Amino acid sequence: MTDVVMPQMGESIVEGTLTKWLKKPGDRVERDEPLFEISTDKVDTEIPAPAAGTLGEVLVAEGQTVGINTVVARIDEGGGAAVKPVAAATAPSPAAAEAPPPPPPAAPPIVEEPAPTPAEPSGPLSPLVRKLAREHNVDLSRITGTGAGGRITKQDIEGYLAKPAQPAAPAAPAAPPPAQPAAPPPTPQPPPQPPPALAPAVVPPAPAGQAKTRIEPLGTMRMRIAEHMLLSKRTSPHVTTVHRVDMTKVARMRERHKAAFQASYGFSLTYLPFITRAAVAALRQFPLLNASLDGNNIIYHNEIHIGIAVALENGLIVPVIRAADEKNVIGLQRAIVDLATRARSRQLKPDEVQGGTFSITNFGSFGSLMGTPIINQPQVAIIGVGTVDKTPVVIDDAIAIRSICHLSLSFDHRLVDGALADQFMTRAKQVLEDWSEEVL
Amino acid sequence: MDYGKALALQQELVAGRKQGYVPDQLLLLEHPHVITLGRNGRLENLLAGEQALSSAGISFYPTDRGGDITYHGPGQLVGYPILDLREWKRDVGEYVRAIEQVIIDTLAGYGIAAGRIPKLTGVWVEERKIAAIGVHISRWVTSHGFALNVDTDLSYFQYIVPCGLTRPVTSMAQLGVRATVDEVSRSLAAHFGRVFDCEMAPGSPAGVTED
Repeated sequence: MTDVVMPQMGESIVEGTLTKWLKKPGDRVERDEPLFEISTDKVDTEIPAPAAGTLGEVLVAEGQTVGINTVVARIDEGGGAAVKPVAAATAPSPAAAEAPPPPPPAAPPIVEEPAPTPAEPSGPLSPLVRKLAREHNVDLSRITGTGAGGRITKQDIEGYLAKPAQPAAPAAPAAPPPAQPAAPPPTPQPPPQPPPALAPAVVPPAPAGQAKTRIEPLGTMRMRIAEHMLLSKRTSPHVTTVHRVDMTKVARMRERHKAAFQASYGFSLTYLPFITRAAVAALRQFPLLNASLDGNNIIYHNEIHIGIAVALENGLIVPVIRAADEKNVIGLQRAIVDLATRARSRQLKPDEVQGGTFSITNFGSFGSLMGTPIINQPQVAIIGVGTVDKTPVVIDDAIAIRSICHLSLSFDHRLVDGALADQFMTRAKQVLEDWSEEVL
Repeated sequence: MDYGKALALQQELVAGRKQGYVPDQLLLLEHPHVITLGRNGRLENLLAGEQALSSAGISFYPTDRGGDITYHGPGQLVGYPILDLREWKRDVGEYVRAIEQVIIDTLAGYGIAAGRIPKLTGVWVEERKIAAIGVHISRWVTSHGFALNVDTDLSYFQYIVPCGLTRPVTSMAQLGVRATVDEVSRSLAAHFGRVFDCEMAPGSPAGVTED
């Protein structure tokens, strides 16, 4: 028995109206055959069946509006013989972690959702799979995935192609329950209709020989990061300018107050609040760098909210220091420590990672001299902070040892020209080089 | 292009798009007088009997798009994007907002400040509706789309309650812009390319002749 759920059709969409059942209870349905239609926001969508079988109970009537992931019907794959399991929960979110490897095949039917979203029954497709399918003109709906979450793998397509001109063989009514663990196929080629198994997170071994690759689905955060980075690169023509900043004064001040700071506040004083402070001063003077571009309009943000990139184990997140212009070095350092700590323990609230107007990323802490950061959309610029190193430099025809840092500014050339970007950086550099504000 | 013919063309392109051998498409066209009913449409929003319609030269089609009832006719730019949203964003809300943005940007180019009204899909100039949206999605492939009143004879809307809303409609001509459907369609195609981040190549779909 497979639950059919109201799919999530978009991030902002929390419910949908079931407008039409295309099948009646008792009707035979094939996997991927349109089963019902929903309507959300003037968009009508046909939802395909997540599994083949007989449409059992219909729990939501036409015209009813229900939240996403609500079970709207059940499909009985076993021709009515299957015992109704208790294990069938609501569908996991699309990228939810898969269950641990289930017990061996002979186990009683442990039923799980074959695919997270019925709208995309084969699960997310990798670009490789999509390309293969396009090149060979393969109708992906005819292939049952054996990958994690039932997604279609390259092997599935190759297996399909290896069997020429096969009809869309419907699964036999007596097909095994859907969640038969994906035991390695007994034959070198995957069978044409393996059960739409919820494979464990481990991808089945390659059909023959030693595997040369290992395929692992992206996690939610990685997927978000990938989308965001691509979106940003596609949206903004990035230009990066690099300025060398003499941090000697700041370094001395930091050295002087380090111990007292740690003692009074319980966290250490880094370069980052100084750089943030300098960025704020420059943003005040050049508000175009604190703006966004919306269609043909420039949106100037009157408040300065600075995003600070924080590296996590498998990704990164950019929590935002609100009203950064109202904070001194101590306040900024406190905010940075607090946000970074909570980011790493995943305790940030959603609104703490939104609404930034400018960002700073500190790759210097990983030893990078300089970099070309990607703009955090819809902002128009980001500062990348390199390492602060003692370096010999020429000052008034003499060689001196100074604490040097390279600051990179990536900016959106749609809105900001090089001249402005460099004036902005010159201002920030000036604040840092002539640091005058007392810290403690 | 006749509505029925356009519908068949869309269906053909959608099937091709699903198989992957047709790229994303944007059909821009004009229909002769026609009233269409969306999947959730209520016939009571049709204010004239079929006989009155046929004597006024208006045909009538129930369709599978979202939305209620609407009118298409000469002077109205109709756009049918056939897109695979899996290659854009799998988000129907975002898709509709993006369509609205294309129309808002196009109108801005003519000095018309158009916008959205929360919960009322479409594009509005103040309280008047200038463009209607109704979409169908199957396996993330879109069909149907939008209709922008360029110099539509608005009196035809008297036969219906547009999209089931008792709000007035308007057109670019009524707002003082003299532009032809052709001109607007070129501008709109450019904005479409920008909002959806794709290159627009003009052309008529293979194997189709327009009349």
